[in-house]
Amino acid sequence: MAEKKANVKIEDLLNPQNFDFSTVQVLDENGTIVNPDLMPDLSDEELVKLMEDMVWARELFNRSTALARQGRLGFYAPTAGQEASQIGSISVTTEDDFILPGYRDIPQLIKHGLPLSKAFLWSKGHVEGNNYPESLRAYPPQIIIGAQYVQAAGVAVGIKKNGRKAIAMTWTGDGGSSQGDFYEGINYAGAYKAPAVFYIQNNGWAISTPRELQTAAATLAQKAVAAGIPGIVVDGMDILAVYAVSKAARDFAIAGNGPVLIETLCYRFGAHSLSGDDPKRYQPDGIQDEWQAKDPLIRYRKFLTDKGLWSPEKEEEVIERTKEESKAAIKEADQAPKQKVSQFLRNMYETPDYVTQEQINKYEAKENK
Amino acid sequence: MAQKTMIEAITEALATELRNDDRTLIFGEDVGKNGGVFRATQGLQDEFGEDRVFNTPLAESGIGGMAIGLALEGFRPIPEIQFFGFVFEVMDSIVAQAARTRYRMGNTRNIPITIRSPFGGGVHTPELHADSLEGLIAQSPGIKVVIPSNPYDAKGLLISAIRDNDPVVFLEHMKLYRSFREEVPEEEYTIPLGKANVVREGTDATVITYGAMVQESVKAAEVLAEEGVSVEVIDLRTVQPLDIETITASVEKTGRVVVVQEAQRQAGVGSKVIAEISERSVLSLVAPIGFVASPDTVFPFGQAEKDWLPNAEDVADKIRELKEF
Repeated sequence: MAEKKANVKIEDLLNPQNFDFSTVQVLDENGTIVNPDLMPDLSDEELVKLMEDMVWARELFNRSTALARQGRLGFYAPTAGQEASQIGSISVTTEDDFILPGYRDIPQLIKHGLPLSKAFLWSKGHVEGNNYPESLRAYPPQIIIGAQYVQAAGVAVGIKKNGRKAIAMTWTGDGGSSQGDFYEGINYAGAYKAPAVFYIQNNGWAISTPRELQTAAATLAQKAVAAGIPGIVVDGMDILAVYAVSKAARDFAIAGNGPVLIETLCYRFGAHSLSGDDPKRYQPDGIQDEWQAKDPLIRYRKFLTDKGLWSPEKEEEVIERTKEESKAAIKEADQAPKQKVSQFLRNMYETPDYVTQEQINKYEAKENK
Repeated sequence: MAQKTMIEAITEALATELRNDDRTLIFGEDVGKNGGVFRATQGLQDEFGEDRVFNTPLAESGIGGMAIGLALEGFRPIPEIQFFGFVFEVMDSIVAQAARTRYRMGNTRNIPITIRSPFGGGVHTPELHADSLEGLIAQSPGIKVVIPSNPYDAKGLLISAIRDNDPVVFLEHMKLYRSFREEVPEEEYTIPLGKANVVREGTDATVITYGAMVQESVKAAEVLAEEGVSVEVIDLRTVQPLDIETITASVEKTGRVVVVQEAQRQAGVGSKVIAEISERSVLSLVAPIGFVASPDTVFPFGQAEKDWLPNAEDVADKIRELKEF
């Protein structure tokens, strides 16, 4: 991990000529503010909201894991450990921003307005999971690693052409930063000075491949240099740092200065996905424990508790609420109508061609038997 | 009316749609000030501005991502891939992203993009410029593939492609760009996608083809007419979806059919046409279905194009063979 440095100014980091890729941190592992200058300007209520959202995300991970193990969910990529990275970034957006999540970025989608029942339907493999309300500015979770980056550049150019005061926000992982589309995406956004904020959530592993095997580059944020855009490394286990950097990056992009690349240093507690991955096979002993101590919830909980803004009761309340919410959402998801091949065929084109229409007729006849 | 080449007809169609719909955008490598490597976008940036017609960095995948992102922001992108041999760089954007969006989002979103790209042999281009790769896209659900064979069709089909609310790949044969002129109306008109054109009527055999092979097939038909054989030539114009009704009606009338493509035998859309005829019209056939295509090798080195590409003689020979069957 890159060296941490106190007293950095975000304005300095938001400069493509800045080659300081030391790690921005606001809150250390003990919940102490180490860089007061970077403390985001948030009310007590807003500070509490960040904690509520992280506790919600952790409990959503617990619920989703349990539901997946019971066979009530399908594909699920665990998020525990990335709460600061995911919640910290999405919390600076408004509904005018367009988000392009990867497959692990479900919490951001829900925070941006996707009903939880739809997120569950996506996991189960049901079209209704991607049936987005008109108002939701988002593209569904991207399975092709890197594709969201080139698309985000396009969305950002579109936002600029439309004169909207908004950004495109997208996420990939450390492994994803080796893809061609990763580079093309940041380079296109840079060339057009388009308002995009790109994240690399560096959780150390791309399935079993350690981050060191992705590249000899000392940091992933320095890849921004290749696009001529600012790159910032942030402690991804520190919600205040992620929030502060994200907020500054969004303001910078909206002001017409172009895109920003942000690397969040975080960790994936547990497996890559629940589809048979076992990190014990490849991760060194003790590394999970080492990172558990850096848990974003621990340090932020301490910070808020010291300020008298948080209590075990409050936390329990959020957990209970999330349990109830999950229960209702999975119930709703279970009630989604069985998918029909005839409907899939109808969803292919605005107007079906001759051969597609023949197939619609054939499957409708079967379905109506 | 004016006599126009296919490239002029294409430029006219693009100008028409830039004028009609301010959500249309043209972008690609060198399509701006330079007017494109074939001058297809000549003068468009001057007339419509850099905001509507602009160059991109040299990265096809990025162009594909731009098109999808711009479509998600409400635009109607008309990106260009400089040569279709470079489509491999952008296959994901075209077939795994754009073509699937309407389906995967349950018909709540669509990607109305028209990807223009030149291809085709006979002009001695360097490697990977001329390959016929329409078959790759035609195999991918969710996208249409249009290949005009003349200036009139090019204009009408391109306007339709741009107005279509689903993704369309519009392939322009380089040999046809300036090889002949024909009457092209000044005013706007459309030709429906998915509709073939009977370019020559006949009663003894049907040739089903597209692209540069249309001309070769018409030449073959002219030769055979002197031998007393009446050949119907169908220009598919859209190779995905196929115009089943026009194909079926002609095959059932003539009883003999030759499918002609420039692509290799294992590529193109010929086998798909043959499969449809086999399933629908086999009892009307009095001879096996003929297939004229290129050999199953990599596209030839420039000097060998003439020996490799199918031509009118190959088509005529195949029809004679069917007559003798």
